[in-house]
Amino acid sequence: MRCPGAEALQITPAIWSAMVAHCLAAYPDEGCGLLGGDGERGVARSCYPTTNAAASARIYTVAPVDHLRADRKAEARGESIIGVFHSHTHTDAHPSPTDVDQAPDPSWHYVLVSLRDTHPVVRSYRIVAGTVAEEPVVVVDAVASATTGGGQ
Amino acid sequence: MPEVRLPTVLRSAAGGSSSVTVEGATIGDVLRQLVASYPAMAGQVLTDDGELHRFVNVYVNDDDVRYLDKLDTKVALDDTVSILPAVAGG
Repeated sequence: MRCPGAEALQITPAIWSAMVAHCLAAYPDEGCGLLGGDGERGVARSCYPTTNAAASARIYTVAPVDHLRADRKAEARGESIIGVFHSHTHTDAHPSPTDVDQAPDPSWHYVLVSLRDTHPVVRSYRIVAGTVAEEPVVVVDAVASATTGGGQ
Repeated sequence: MPEVRLPTVLRSAAGGSSSVTVEGATIGDVLRQLVASYPAMAGQVLTDDGELHRFVNVYVNDDDVRYLDKLDTKVALDDTVSILPAVAGG
């Protein structure tokens, strides 16, 4: 178990797969979704795929109604929304200037899924007051009470 | 009074609470009273011109107020108002 405030994002293989599968399904548009879990410990327990309301290969907008549904499901599971993931279809897994400008919550984890290369690349960042810091993505076999794919 | 559910980014402005109750008969009333009660939310929910900030989405129960009557949307005593950040990027 990580200490509160630890600078890492802990996910299961199932969450990794759910994020990547959703982004591949959204291709050629950017795919996006939300992560539920324990924000203080940096533990993601649920993946909530959402519609990209922008329907674009260059930008994404989490469909507001999907965000509301994910927030309610997370609350019912005793989780919070702790971050967002989205894909970059032709660039690397690093936040774009638009991602940094529009980052909504300094406590969130910002996960990028790059589909540029043959194998998807998943990386995570913290974005606080315009400053980007990468954090390790720790994939563990079991996170207590882990569930996935509950978004839609 | 309507319950207002707060996103994590606004909770510190409300002493860490995930929800608060605020008086108001419309969304505009509720949000103005929210900012009056918790001044650290100023500029994060409403613009300086008193409009709904484009970086938040506000719901009455299941409905996005932008598709209702925006700030004039009626709020009943037992309604739940949810504020969530607009999540977007490139």
